[in-house]
Amino acid sequence: MFHIPSSEMLIQGILSGILMGCLYALIAAGLSLIFGLMEIVNFAHGEFLMLGMYTTFWMYALFHLDPLLSVPISAAALFLLGCLTHKSIIRRILGGPMLAQIFATFGLGIFLRAAAQFLWTPDFRQISDPWVQGPVRILGVSVGKPQLVASVACLLAFGFLYWFITKTETGMALEATAQDRQAAALMGINTERMLTLGWGIGSACVGVAAAFLASFFYVFPYVGSLFALIAFVTVALGGFGSIPGSLVAGVIIGVIEVLGGILIAPAFKYVAVFGLYLVVVLVRPQGLFGKF
Amino acid sequence: MSTPAGARPAETAALSVGIRWGRIALGILLLAAVVFPWVFRLPYHRDLVIRIFLYAMLAQAWNILAGYCGQISLGHAVFFGTGAYTSTVLQVTWGVNPWLGLPAGIATAVALSLVIGYPCFRLRGHYFAIATIAVGEIVQTLAINWEFIGGARGLTIPFQKDSLLAFQFATSKYPYYYIMLALLAICMLVSWRIERTRLGYYFRAIREDPEAAQSVGISVTKYKLVAMAISAAVVAAGGTFYAQYVLYLDPDSVLPLSLSILVCLLAVVGGVGTLWGPLVGAALLIPLSEFTRIQFGGTGRAVDLLIYGALMTIVAVFQPAGLVGMFRRRLGHRGR
Repeated sequence: MFHIPSSEMLIQGILSGILMGCLYALIAAGLSLIFGLMEIVNFAHGEFLMLGMYTTFWMYALFHLDPLLSVPISAAALFLLGCLTHKSIIRRILGGPMLAQIFATFGLGIFLRAAAQFLWTPDFRQISDPWVQGPVRILGVSVGKPQLVASVACLLAFGFLYWFITKTETGMALEATAQDRQAAALMGINTERMLTLGWGIGSACVGVAAAFLASFFYVFPYVGSLFALIAFVTVALGGFGSIPGSLVAGVIIGVIEVLGGILIAPAFKYVAVFGLYLVVVLVRPQGLFGKF
Repeated sequence: MSTPAGARPAETAALSVGIRWGRIALGILLLAAVVFPWVFRLPYHRDLVIRIFLYAMLAQAWNILAGYCGQISLGHAVFFGTGAYTSTVLQVTWGVNPWLGLPAGIATAVALSLVIGYPCFRLRGHYFAIATIAVGEIVQTLAINWEFIGGARGLTIPFQKDSLLAFQFATSKYPYYYIMLALLAICMLVSWRIERTRLGYYFRAIREDPEAAQSVGISVTKYKLVAMAISAAVVAAGGTFYAQYVLYLDPDSVLPLSLSILVCLLAVVGGVGTLWGPLVGAALLIPLSEFTRIQFGGTGRAVDLLIYGALMTIVAVFQPAGLVGMFRRRLGHRGR
């Protein structure tokens, strides 16, 4: 059942796993930020990613805008979507029963996916001629240029997010709101604005990841499901609410996915990922970096 | 929950009147269900109602675990697939009668539910929900790649004999209808019993506050497992019925995440934690999906999902108790 791969293949696999892991990490960071703020899992997170990818695709198809140039557009669009989601849905279910919290966003996800299918058909679409394409050789193995650019950009975005949250005044207000909403409100922080902002930023993270992902991945209505599942697992593995946790967990999952594919069989790569996740949360329910 | 403790005399009287009317309504409903296929003789209508019953049963089973006990599983298709695959593999490979396959499927699903439940119940709320999605995905992937149970191609049940004994009917499909009706009735009875007995109170105590439940001596993990096992058993029975009804199954039809979600949806829209909610949800939403398919064609426009998704969000935000809850609250206001 196990295949013994060559060392070159192994290095190549690990490298591409790390690159993909950076992308997973940014997607998961958005999810984690929102959870940290209000203990709500955005089950429509994958559909947000899908919408970001479609934004990028349509910018390319209609205005010949390269995915790299679409990054701010996708991020801004998703920022608005996040704020809107909070204002229209989430605000009403804060403090509601667990069931309402899960199914409000779950329903939104189903709705957005169906809406995309209704408007743009289930066809797979692809950005056929982006600026960055083809492979590049590093460390003696070849990796895709778009993946390399995407992962570097995601790391930068991740660094920016971390800096924003830990060093700026608004970021600290966000963190304070996450720690104790009432105490934060007593300190004069407009917590309702912080929660909206959290949804905006969390969704914008996905928008950034989506634009890069669209440069080398197919765009279709169901594309979000798989990434969302990986994002949930990444966040749960890293610890809900922990931003650095998402980065570590994202990279671990990226590598496990590739190694599972190489060592066992490509069909089982997600079994390896989800299996690892189950094992970790059963030993440590709060995840690697979670406080619980 | 349905009988308020400490009700005043006037309310008690109103309640007993309500119970009498409830019994009459129940009798009419049951009679209507029994004569339905003789009034509406089109196979299409019969098939629609059979599927309403089947999904109502699955939603009711989910409701036992999620509605009463508060453990939200997003991977219930696993048990449906277990029931369907167990009876089918036994039948196709060793020629075991599906009526024996039915309890075998139930037993396998219960065993599996304990194996999944024991570790996963250490997780709470969102974490539990996510873990069940992960389990569902793992099981589906394994089924697709397991050649012994047909892999991605699935399994076809060869037609042998048109008889009740073989659980296969060709010339007249009426028996399928009545078998499904009986299964649903049993499932409703089980839920009704649970709602009214000590078990139901344990479940609701765990849902409302696990720590408090533990502190008054309820073994939380044990009763979560009991809820999971009952739920899995009912879903597995539905799975075996499905396999015998369609005579074909593959991982995409009995194990997908979309099935797990549909089951939740029906219960959520109808009314979580209520006896009639899942049935109401299935009776409204399954025909709705048929209707949109006829109106907009099966060209993948996903109109039914569009409505389902919107409904799910709207119900969760504005009416977490579902349609039955809304109706019940109306009645309550009128009574006072």
